[in-house]
Amino acid sequence: MPKRTDIKKILVVGSGSIVIGQGPEFDYSGTQGIKALREEGYEVCLINSNPATIMTDPELADRTYIEPLTPEYLDKVLSIEKPQAILPTLGGQTALNLTVAAAERGILKKHGVEIIGARLETIRKAEDRQLFKEAMKKIGLDLPRSIVVTDESDLKDVARDLGFPIIVRASFTLGGTGGGIAYHFEELRQKVHTAFELSPVKKVLLEESVLGWKEYELEVMRDCKDNFVVVCTIENLDPMGVHTGDSITCAPAQTLSDRQYQEMRDDAKRIISEVGVETGGCNIQFAVQPQTGRRVVVEINPRVSRSSALASKATGFPIARLAAKLAVGYALDELPNDITKATLACFEPSIDYVVVKAPRFATEKFGEFTLDTAMKSVGEAMAIGRTFKEALQKALRGLESGKKGLAGAEPMDAETRLQRVATPTSSRLYHVKSALDEGVSVERIHEVSRIDPWFLHQLKELCDFEKTLPALPLDAEGLLAAKRLGFSDAQLALAKGLPEAKIRAARWKHGVRPVYKLVDTCAGEFPSSTPYFYSTYEPEGDALHAAGRKTSKKKAVILGSGPNRIGQGIEFDYCCVQASKALRAQGWQSVMVNCNPETVSTDYDSSDRLYFEPLTLEDTLEIIAAENPTGVIVQFGGQTPLNLAVALEKAGVPILGTLPAAIDMAEDRKLFGAALKSLKILSPESGIADTADKALKIARRIGYPVMVRPSYVLGGRMMEVVYDDPSLVDYVGRALKAATHPSLLVDRFLADATEVDVDAVCDGKDVWISGVMEHIEEAGIHSGDSACTLPPHSLSPAVLATIRENTRKLALKLKVRGLMNVQYAVKDGSVYVLEANPRASRTVPFVSKATGLPVARIATWVMMGRPLKKLLPAAVLKGGVEPPYTSTKEAVMPFIKFPGVDPKLGPEMKSTGEVMGLDADFPRSFAKSQEAAGMLLPTSGSVFVSVRDEDKPQIVPMARSLRQLGFTLVATRSTADFLNRHGLETSRVAKVGEGKPDVVDLMRQRTLSLVINTPSGKRSRADGYAIRRTALELNIPCITNLHSAGAAVHAIAVLQGATMGVKCLQAHYESLPYSVNI
Amino acid sequence: MNDKAWLALEDGTFVAGRACGASGETGGEFVFNTAMTGYQEILTDPSYAGQCVVMTYPLIGNYGITAGDHESARPRLSGFVVRELCKHPSNHESVESAGSFLKKHGIVAIEDVDTRALTLKLRDKGALRGIISTTDGDRKRLLAKAKALPTMAGLNLAKTVTCDKPYSWDEGFKPADKQLHVVVMDFGVKYGILRCLTAMGCKVTVVPCSTSAAEIVRLKPDGVLLSNGPGDPEPVTDAVETIKHLLAERVPLFGICLGHQLLGLALGGRTYKLKFGHHGSNHPVKDLETGKIEISSQNHGFCVDLKTLPSAVKTTHVNLNDGTSEGMTHGTLPAFSVQYHPEASAGPHDSRYLFERFRGLMLAGREARSR
Repeated sequence: MPKRTDIKKILVVGSGSIVIGQGPEFDYSGTQGIKALREEGYEVCLINSNPATIMTDPELADRTYIEPLTPEYLDKVLSIEKPQAILPTLGGQTALNLTVAAAERGILKKHGVEIIGARLETIRKAEDRQLFKEAMKKIGLDLPRSIVVTDESDLKDVARDLGFPIIVRASFTLGGTGGGIAYHFEELRQKVHTAFELSPVKKVLLEESVLGWKEYELEVMRDCKDNFVVVCTIENLDPMGVHTGDSITCAPAQTLSDRQYQEMRDDAKRIISEVGVETGGCNIQFAVQPQTGRRVVVEINPRVSRSSALASKATGFPIARLAAKLAVGYALDELPNDITKATLACFEPSIDYVVVKAPRFATEKFGEFTLDTAMKSVGEAMAIGRTFKEALQKALRGLESGKKGLAGAEPMDAETRLQRVATPTSSRLYHVKSALDEGVSVERIHEVSRIDPWFLHQLKELCDFEKTLPALPLDAEGLLAAKRLGFSDAQLALAKGLPEAKIRAARWKHGVRPVYKLVDTCAGEFPSSTPYFYSTYEPEGDALHAAGRKTSKKKAVILGSGPNRIGQGIEFDYCCVQASKALRAQGWQSVMVNCNPETVSTDYDSSDRLYFEPLTLEDTLEIIAAENPTGVIVQFGGQTPLNLAVALEKAGVPILGTLPAAIDMAEDRKLFGAALKSLKILSPESGIADTADKALKIARRIGYPVMVRPSYVLGGRMMEVVYDDPSLVDYVGRALKAATHPSLLVDRFLADATEVDVDAVCDGKDVWISGVMEHIEEAGIHSGDSACTLPPHSLSPAVLATIRENTRKLALKLKVRGLMNVQYAVKDGSVYVLEANPRASRTVPFVSKATGLPVARIATWVMMGRPLKKLLPAAVLKGGVEPPYTSTKEAVMPFIKFPGVDPKLGPEMKSTGEVMGLDADFPRSFAKSQEAAGMLLPTSGSVFVSVRDEDKPQIVPMARSLRQLGFTLVATRSTADFLNRHGLETSRVAKVGEGKPDVVDLMRQRTLSLVINTPSGKRSRADGYAIRRTALELNIPCITNLHSAGAAVHAIAVLQGATMGVKCLQAHYESLPYSVNI
Repeated sequence: MNDKAWLALEDGTFVAGRACGASGETGGEFVFNTAMTGYQEILTDPSYAGQCVVMTYPLIGNYGITAGDHESARPRLSGFVVRELCKHPSNHESVESAGSFLKKHGIVAIEDVDTRALTLKLRDKGALRGIISTTDGDRKRLLAKAKALPTMAGLNLAKTVTCDKPYSWDEGFKPADKQLHVVVMDFGVKYGILRCLTAMGCKVTVVPCSTSAAEIVRLKPDGVLLSNGPGDPEPVTDAVETIKHLLAERVPLFGICLGHQLLGLALGGRTYKLKFGHHGSNHPVKDLETGKIEISSQNHGFCVDLKTLPSAVKTTHVNLNDGTSEGMTHGTLPAFSVQYHPEASAGPHDSRYLFERFRGLMLAGREARSR
């Protein structure tokens, strides 16, 4: 059927902030979808609260609403836009849940909006465990036996019926949140309780365990004519029991015979047609009993997903793009295959390589967790190789977790080792490797881990070859044998005890170089013109690779940011994509290198040539050698390419923009300190220590509290504020053990200072201050975890002038060409520099959305040699022209995924994503940002106040405002006495465990609607932890610092007074005093 | 373990690899297959007689050889080329490794070959004659041997793979209310076809391809299935005559692959050789009657030129990739055929409805006769 003409305007729903279980893949799918719809001539509007995305770029959709993803805001957007249709299937679980909620409240009906992409009944049938079960029974498919419970009684009978272990799943949650595995009754009781707290529909499914079964996923599509295709099959190395997002997975499925696979495909076809997915993509998960082959359906997702993004990158088949086209009425046989251009989209990709995806965990932030059905990883690396062994090694080195490929774990006794092999954790694979090295048999490892012997034998072949490495001759034959198994130069160097450069030199001398082959969807059957490449060691590369290398155009290689992680998220991918756009707009050829399958940057149409490769020195040098670019861009991909910059430059690679020497000057404390001194810029007193004694000496000189951290780290890793000698000694011990660089920075900690983030672009002559952001939280809380506002809401003109001037001086001194980010602390009118980074910062996309100016693109043009004076209107370049509205960025935290972790903010970054609130003034935009972050500020009720002694004087005015706003105050004894003394009526409640009801009881009874708790010294730490954790689990807003509390009070006042409006970016920009058409 | 093997093609290609099947030397027409599963079915598919198959998926043998998935009693292809043959297969149904199976059946095979580079060559130049050897590594000699091989065109390969004498097939039989008798003309029939027939309750008799029409009619079939088979249809002249007689007798006919081509010839059409053929299990075929797409399993190097057929013959299916005709039906005679493999094995089961269509045709024929 041709496309629908009864629809003119479509609202696309985004997925909001990046959270665990819902990552950048929805920026990829949303961006593809919006492009596909606009291409068809539809007017597209978008609602998404996440500013760090390409999809919220003002030029992508016709009208872009960066507004909270709640039914109320959706209602407002629909009132203004009046679209005929809403497309929720590209925005993950968030978009589906929001759309279902809006439908159930009659909002869609009120506005006459039709859901496209999936029907409401389809979503319900797929998402509601009970309905899904019934649907599967109807078509005679086998399922794990299961029981849905709607209250917490009767668990005993259910347990008897199913037998332990029992899988617990909460309905309608994303990434398996609220689920888990219960091995005994007490665990079952607890897990069911948590699941009830988290399930928005208060339904919990208890299921027969299929732990240890083989796990498969099928990515399928179906159109309105009942055409059905399987885009990709995926087999998990980690058997059932580990969330697929946390599993090492590979495509295509490896160990199913054709008959077994085709039967699974038949099932998938019946499932999708029974559930009623008829205009889009769908993900179906199966478990297969390894001894009998019994196959059960685990679950389906009637939308694009993380796995569909992976499948798209793995095969070249653009699922989201086609899903959007199917949603508007096209059939698969009416759409072309974009990769071959010669064939149609209605086919099943055949691939002639192996794809491996490995998850990246935030172990360094939250420790190691036993993996279960609730996803915990924060990102992933994908790799393509001609064999599983090659692809696995590439994926593992692409993770940037310190391993150079398949490596072993730390030594331990045999029994502990076997336990580590048996328990799924983020490091299990490394323990399996060690166990194989230690002589444990494949059979034994299979027995305890249930990992399929096929995978284990593959690992064993790598282990066996690795043993020959020390004696392996570094000649053509020896090197080629190692490279064909995916061994990196670094791995060879380690085994040989040689520097990596020596291995590379030997390899180059013998001509052992990778070739580049094409991802073409059809295993070479048809010629393809889409330059999407992977490296391998084979005799021949693809002709298209060789042909496209020669170009009369100038060419830049952009090094991407690798796997998503805390501290290096989607913001950097956004910058890389912008850089590519900027290059292409000026007639340059852009070459993208990245290994993250979730991103827009790894979409084949984001660049002229795409290399899906790990971002290591070896892999990037080979690509650069093959491409011979005019220059390489390292400043957009975060720390990953920056860490390669010096080595690349040393290897003779031309770096575009700021030179590595300047990067070094900013990172090297001594050089940077000297630079600041010469510029007469203030910075907190500091020193560098490599022993506890030296650290103590420095601390005593500059005075406590001090901020300590290892040098050369990302995202404030291991950064702490230390108040006394013993804590400092303790810290130094821990830090030196963990750090790769044996040096620690000890800075004076500026208590109660206001932190300011500045983004700037410098062309060597002029400096453009693109954004000055004032943090809400005080200095000492990582900038990535802080809320911030643009323009600043409380800084004096004098302070702002100093900040601008200092930034200007610094950029010129560091010889920045391109982007720079500077962090300042303002205390008592003095401006201190905390750090400067001559690279793209996390705030670049936020600043771009807030100001309407494409900061990353302008920076790229500067790096290409264009002067700022020619790029920007004089008034903008001069600075100080601010938008007449306010934008607030708020961080979104992953604490709920990590049981036992204290949900408080500190100098180490822990947030996974961000949201943005735009409105006329600061309190409104702050209120919106809180709503967007899921922090539902109350407009009435009781506020529990518990603050450390130093904060008590400052809480008085806030408490007074809250009283005036109609709130009642509750506090534990000392705070209550203090507030009562100041004439504020406050009722007393017992501390945790010191009487009934205590504060946690009040929270559980839902008598408290807001918690203000500032963490204090050791004494009450446990108490504070219980309060914060309980608030988190019950979703009671909990504020852990005074500055945020103050902002929240203002926001509550606004929320009480007026209803909030919505306005799209494009409309906001009309009010700007400058043009955004650059 | 590290036995060497070499591969040479008539265009001068020469590749060294590792032997992973039987020792010796073999030759044939090199074709590539893009199926990611189903190497066992491919190995035992008689249609590959005379051919060396290059698997585009690099990891072959992962699930070993499973019981009940053979397409004929033994492998019929000439040689096998893979990137990596799995030494330690894993599957609960696996009975042996693919390597041991190849050795047992004397199939020469080579691994550690850049199968993508080879595939692109075959795609660009068309199917090529070539040699695989574990005994001779001399480039010149192997090239000469490759060039000396006969071409596929004009060879009657069907008669080399057909059965010696008639037999009945009952594996997979599921009783149905009306039992139909199908005679299968065996040009190299895949067991998958026979299993599909018994699964819908047919009594199946397989006869050698030289069986005359009179002999077939004597078996009182409700319908005759013209099976798949290897190579060029044109030299299979006696069978074309048989089919002409069966058409005259108005026996319901269903042709698959080579059977489709032979039916085309019997109806007065011509066939031609495709550049590199269709070999894989992801080919989209459109049923022109319903407009629905089926993802089909394909394995053919020759094709019926539908323009050469009488106007009573209608195209029923087309390949969406290259627009070639994939199926036809006769307007007045009870005969239809498809170029692809509705039994799949290996491949998706989307096209199995065609067996039901055949059943319908046979039931209609039975009704007409009883009237």
